[in-house]
Amino acid sequence: MGELVVEKIENGTVIDHIPAGAGLKVLNLLGIGDGTKVALLMNVPSKRVGKKDIVKISGRQLDEKEVNKIAIIAPNATLNIIRNSSVVEKSEVRLPKLLAGVSKCPNPKCVTNSEKAETKFAQEAKGRFRCSYCEMLFEAKELLV
Amino acid sequence: MLRGNDLISVRDLEKADIEQLLKRAEDMDRTLGAGRTLDILKEKIVATLFFEPSTRTKMSFQTAAKRLGAQILNFTSMESSSMKKGETLADTLRMVDGYADLLIMRHAAEGAARYAAEVCKHPLINAGDGGNQHPTQTLLDLFTIRKMKGKIQGLSVYLVGDLKYARTMRSLLYGLGMFGAEITLVAPAGLEMDPKMVEEVKEKFGTSVTQKTALNLSGADVAYVCRVQKERFADPYEAEKVQKSFRITMDALKGVKDDLAILHPLPKIDEMDPQIDATKYARYFEQAKLGVPMRMAIIAEIMGE
Repeated sequence: MGELVVEKIENGTVIDHIPAGAGLKVLNLLGIGDGTKVALLMNVPSKRVGKKDIVKISGRQLDEKEVNKIAIIAPNATLNIIRNSSVVEKSEVRLPKLLAGVSKCPNPKCVTNSEKAETKFAQEAKGRFRCSYCEMLFEAKELLV
Repeated sequence: MLRGNDLISVRDLEKADIEQLLKRAEDMDRTLGAGRTLDILKEKIVATLFFEPSTRTKMSFQTAAKRLGAQILNFTSMESSSMKKGETLADTLRMVDGYADLLIMRHAAEGAARYAAEVCKHPLINAGDGGNQHPTQTLLDLFTIRKMKGKIQGLSVYLVGDLKYARTMRSLLYGLGMFGAEITLVAPAGLEMDPKMVEEVKEKFGTSVTQKTALNLSGADVAYVCRVQKERFADPYEAEKVQKSFRITMDALKGVKDDLAILHPLPKIDEMDPQIDATKYARYFEQAKLGVPMRMAIIAEIMGE
């Protein structure tokens, strides 16, 4: 079978090394439905991880909250900022010490689900996050349910 | 130290903070025992905001504040407040914050106390936030155990009852772990302690935490019992079923240590045979009384007096 050819983007962001099958989740959480030109490549062969997904977003850079959300789903993803068809910046996503305003608290009894309080989750051992309000401990992936 | 700060969770406290509070509570206990009160807060107003029902916690906080000479600003219930008209919790808090020097709050939402403390400029004490934390109960429990047993480290403490929903148990597990008690957890099926909490206490303090299903109190120095928290069940019928299956009878006291102390945060419902009240093991009413000197110590430390 021949290789898929996907057009290069001139300006925008390429999210690489997304775990195979998680690319759609990345698109969903970025909420891209506003006419932005997007390419999603799934199950692309990768020397590092076997198979991976890649998302290319034209004409857009991600803000800190969006990058943090991606880190939850794809902790080993890399971000490439493209300008004038060249990679001008390359970085690995990293789960921050504090996730603020990124996700709802999965605990329905948490005050952040009844009052207008921005959620905060502080990272603890083993990559888990504790809600700064209700003090429940969550695996990172639980935060985007 | 606590001066000028909030008291929201036992997780915010260092062992040295608790030692200081235990020492101050001993002083307060001696003062009360001598029939004296203090007036160190005579210029201050303490607001008690109980959005959930309470008897002991509210009354012991109010007694503590009055014994320190403070005035009490009371908030009776949500039904009689502007929250009934749709006012937000934040707006209610901001208003009370403008009237009082210290706020004491109980609320059904988990994390409500932390949220409230962020909204208010004056210090705030958490008197229970849903199933999350009840730090002042833990402090009075540690004070009670140390007063009755002379120490906490190395004591065999059994936590018995609804370990899933009872905030007192979550807070106390942490406090006992910090002070090196040997902890045994006994819960009805389905009401076990959150495994993440058990893991946290074991890893953080190197504490021994054993989980048992059968109720055998023969090895216990302290048995800390709590009721099934019916109000936190989604299905009241389920709560009723568990409640009926879980009861400490007089038989459970056969073969226990002579100086076993049974403690309970109260209220008791059906989880203990009322005949236990008359035994030498029942120490929960003394425990409830000790809430006053400990809460006097907490208020005095926070107010910097």
